[in-house]
Amino acid sequence: MKYMMLIGRTDEEWTSDFHARYHEAIDQWWGEHAQAGEIVGGEELAPASTATTIRWQEGRQFVTDGPFIEAKETIGGFGILNVPDLDAAIAVARSWPVAGQTVEIRPLVGQDE
Amino acid sequence: MNDDRLAEGATATEAAVIRVFREEAGRLTAALVRIMGDFDEAEDLVQESLIEALRHWPADGIPERPGAWLMVTARRKAVDRWRRDTRRSGLLEALAREPVPDPPREADDRLRLIFTCCHPALPREAQVALTLRAVLGLTTPEIARAFLVPEATVAQRIVRAKRKIVEAGIPFRMPEPQELAERLDEVLAVLYLTFNEGYLATAGPTGSRRDLAEDAEWLTSLLVRLLPAEPEPLGLLALMRLHRARDRARFDDHGRMVLLSDQDRGLWDRETVTEGIVLLERAARRGRPGPYQVQAAIAACHDEAPCWQDTDWPQILALYDRLAAFWPTPVVRLNRAVALRHVAGPEAALREVEPLAVSLDRYHLYHAVRADLYRATGRGEEARAADRAALALAENLVERELLEDRLRA
Repeated sequence: MKYMMLIGRTDEEWTSDFHARYHEAIDQWWGEHAQAGEIVGGEELAPASTATTIRWQEGRQFVTDGPFIEAKETIGGFGILNVPDLDAAIAVARSWPVAGQTVEIRPLVGQDE
Repeated sequence: MNDDRLAEGATATEAAVIRVFREEAGRLTAALVRIMGDFDEAEDLVQESLIEALRHWPADGIPERPGAWLMVTARRKAVDRWRRDTRRSGLLEALAREPVPDPPREADDRLRLIFTCCHPALPREAQVALTLRAVLGLTTPEIARAFLVPEATVAQRIVRAKRKIVEAGIPFRMPEPQELAERLDEVLAVLYLTFNEGYLATAGPTGSRRDLAEDAEWLTSLLVRLLPAEPEPLGLLALMRLHRARDRARFDDHGRMVLLSDQDRGLWDRETVTEGIVLLERAARRGRPGPYQVQAAIAACHDEAPCWQDTDWPQILALYDRLAAFWPTPVVRLNRAVALRHVAGPEAALREVEPLAVSLDRYHLYHAVRADLYRATGRGEEARAADRAALALAENLVERELLEDRLRA
């Protein structure tokens, strides 16, 4: 099954040396899981402060600054997992090397068995 | 003893039907999920078959091989559903080939089912509802009555949970060895919650023919059989036995709850206490302590005490310290404070309890404990206010009666 793994991150984490500190660990983690065929895609995102949102209000579209949902933690990156089932996806997500970051996994719709 | 208790709440036939459901429902669901690979539909077929049995068995009698009867009924229902669905013809053949029951696969099947129903990706209420339905064979209306929630709510929880199992890809298999402890915690939490719900409601007008505490105890003993190396299921089973041993003393002749401190200990069932202690010792020999074993040890301390005053409070306090190491929760600290009161006095206990307001202000027993401590320190007005706060938050009928009595006194 395919899942999207969404990685939570705060903008402070982006700006601090946090990012530099984990860079290597993330690269290594990503490489290993990609090699094993468990990760088939994904990217890191620029901080939420760079986000632009288009939303509807009273029948009209508005372009606004900021992310989809205002929260301390926003999506900092994503990976596409290809694993047998949710338990396998949880195992991959759990091994995400940055302690403290929230990870969400969601199945992709319309995938062939 | 179990049989007597069943017979009190239900007619003899009903009691027999409950026993059969308990034994067969999980077995059948597990087999069907394995054959069909579709948790949602398999579980539906079992539920329909149970309802069919409830329609026929009370009048016609329970068939000689109830498991086979249910399997045949489920098959027939599958045929009715999929007769015209050519994609399913292979499935129907597989169902027809399945021997009933299939002992070598059975233990694994049932464990897989339990772990799936209690998967951590499902919300707790859904885990409970699903376990009761798919593993223990309760019907949706029975679950609704037991938990005093509308039937539609339970039905929706189950539909959502089953949809998540299918759509999120929750697997029907045993957890990996390194996941087992954590996954087992989920199962034990579901069983413990179910037990407590049933245990508290014993004298309440639930109108349910099922005794949830007994269902939970049965499933825990099944878990002990299926996972013999694990100490915590044994600890939980011991805990349940040690509590059930007090059944006859827990309610007075008018069905009112009697607190542990006021119970007539002569009514406690000594044989069941011994059973509980033997179970706990078996668990302890595995050399891996856990929160359920510690709670069972606390219950054993109470069960062995000749009276409330002569309880081994220092020992209970030490056990609560160990429990708090496993579960550092405000509720555990509240219970620890009750033990502390008997070791170091009510003032010392109050100092522990009062700061818990931040997290326990909406928990009725927090206020009930506070009320007790205020009374013990001669602060009557504060005690009454705390009792009123407890009453405003208590939902369980028997607990409400107790609090109302205290306020009248």
